[in-house]
Amino acid sequence: MRRYLLRRVAALLATLFFVSVLVFIVVHVLPGDPALIIIGPEGSPEAAARLREAMGLDRPLPVQYADWVGHALRGDLGRSIQYDVPVASLVLSRLQVTLPLTLLAGGFMVAAAVPLGVFAATRHRRLPDYVTMALSQLGVAVPGFWAGLLLILLFSVRLGWVQSGGFDGWGQGVWPAVKSLLLPAVALGFFQFAVLARTTRSAVLEVLREEYVKTARAKGVGETSVLFRHTLGNAMIPILTVAGIQLGQLMAGSIILESVFYLPGLGRLALGAISARDLPVVQGVVLFVASMIVMINVAVDILYGVLDPRIRYE
Amino acid sequence: MSRGLHPLSPQPSPPSGAREPGTLSPQGRGQGEGWRHRFRAVRHVTFTIGFVITLALLATAALSLVYTPRDPLEMSISGRLQGPSQAHRLGTDQFGRDLLSRIMTGAVTSILVGVIAVGIGMGIGVGLGMLSGYFGGWLDEGFMRLMDAIQGFPAILSALLMAAVFRPSLAISMVAIGVAFLPVFARLTRASFLEFRDREFVLAARALGAGDVALIARHILPNTLPPLIVQATISFPVAILAEAALSYLGLGTQPPHPSWGLMLKESQAFLGMNPWYAVFPGSAIAVTVLGLNLLGDGLRDLLDPKLSG
Repeated sequence: MRRYLLRRVAALLATLFFVSVLVFIVVHVLPGDPALIIIGPEGSPEAAARLREAMGLDRPLPVQYADWVGHALRGDLGRSIQYDVPVASLVLSRLQVTLPLTLLAGGFMVAAAVPLGVFAATRHRRLPDYVTMALSQLGVAVPGFWAGLLLILLFSVRLGWVQSGGFDGWGQGVWPAVKSLLLPAVALGFFQFAVLARTTRSAVLEVLREEYVKTARAKGVGETSVLFRHTLGNAMIPILTVAGIQLGQLMAGSIILESVFYLPGLGRLALGAISARDLPVVQGVVLFVASMIVMINVAVDILYGVLDPRIRYE
Repeated sequence: MSRGLHPLSPQPSPPSGAREPGTLSPQGRGQGEGWRHRFRAVRHVTFTIGFVITLALLATAALSLVYTPRDPLEMSISGRLQGPSQAHRLGTDQFGRDLLSRIMTGAVTSILVGVIAVGIGMGIGVGLGMLSGYFGGWLDEGFMRLMDAIQGFPAILSALLMAAVFRPSLAISMVAIGVAFLPVFARLTRASFLEFRDREFVLAARALGAGDVALIARHILPNTLPPLIVQATISFPVAILAEAALSYLGLGTQPPHPSWGLMLKESQAFLGMNPWYAVFPGSAIAVTVLGLNLLGDGLRDLLDPKLSG
């Protein structure tokens, strides 16, 4: 297990290195001068040159990269031009919206997809199976942000049950905050649920066809026990794989849903920063979210090793 | 790390219908068998529904190039935010522009983004996957870590970063979506190359003096095409969804050009006044994506029945 862990951690470090290089390349190497982006077209060439020097942009690129990564590793993502505060503190404060939204949507996704997928598999080629498959096709086709708009239209505009958006923070209590996140989480989770439901169905179907399941049935083991003791555990690896990948996608998806429901999360922070030409904030948010997605993917990889010893010895 | 994929990484489809020298291509089969193949495609319900919807999308886009009921950019202050009527079949937007005409024109944007983004992802991804799978070693390891890193950049993140450096535009959304597709095409091609590079017909061609370029281009690459075609079909609706999302955020198509995502963004402020404004562009996205997904699923079943669920 230790060797497996070391290999995965080494791969993670290499991947994070590439993530940082990609972000750096887009900002510093592609045509486009960060100083000019920040200062805007109305700034004079002298002011741009002064800013370039102040930001250290006149140094060689490898030196700039090493300096930037060194600071990022210590949690320093630079300083916001718009708010004049450290980018890391901005990211952390906005994470109080994005992270619960992602987790809530993930919870909805798993709570809906896994039982439905299992239900469909146990009723293979019967009506419940066809209904689940049709629902999942619909789920994949309906964009989360449109689902969000339709939910606002129904629950806010028509029924008046909830606000159409906004977030008052966690200071007012847990329930009001969670209530503000419910609709966006449902809209976000619905889109991702479809893929997980299909995966669960396929995985359970595959295990149900295994010889040992037939043997268990032949020995008189009850269907419930066959399903929960013999099938689900073995079907868990593909389900976890997809759920893990989906969690990263949910984080990216929450950036869009935050705009639909006017939630002050990482996505709206980055979008606002683009209008304000606040390059360090965009760079910091992108680096943070991309690194989180990569780490989630590696965590899922490590979980395989824990769940299935065969994988550790590959 | 071994040259093979991690066993539980999302597995790309194994190439199907691998043709070895001496076997007949589908085109080379007898006429009766060719008919049987065509009939199988028509009888496949998923494929047929998907094909019809996709055909309708293409026809709508083509028609919009020569005819729309109204000029999609023509404004009418007196006819703002109307519901469906004889004059405007799907109603009007906040500037009195005809929604049907704008949705028809938006289909062209969606198809354009789908084709270019998938083209970027496929073109570069297949190239990297070929080199990775054929040569292996450190090159393979490096490329695969790069692909892992790119997997951390869904289209939305790349678009945010590029929009900050350049200006938000349709071109940026195409590149961002295309880049997000790189890993899946690269891994799929790599897996096929790993499978085929040591097969007898490749070894035979090498023994007969074929060089690396000939082996790749004439013997291995053609066999990797079926799963790549299926993947391209599956990626196309994903690109359409991503373009709609980016345009919704203001990172893709810019006003006044019609785009389904942008129309949804503009409709949000008027949900109470004209709900149809949000319903029709969203339905256009959902039906299009549904059709393309069904087509992709059907195509996968037809090209590789082993994978059908």
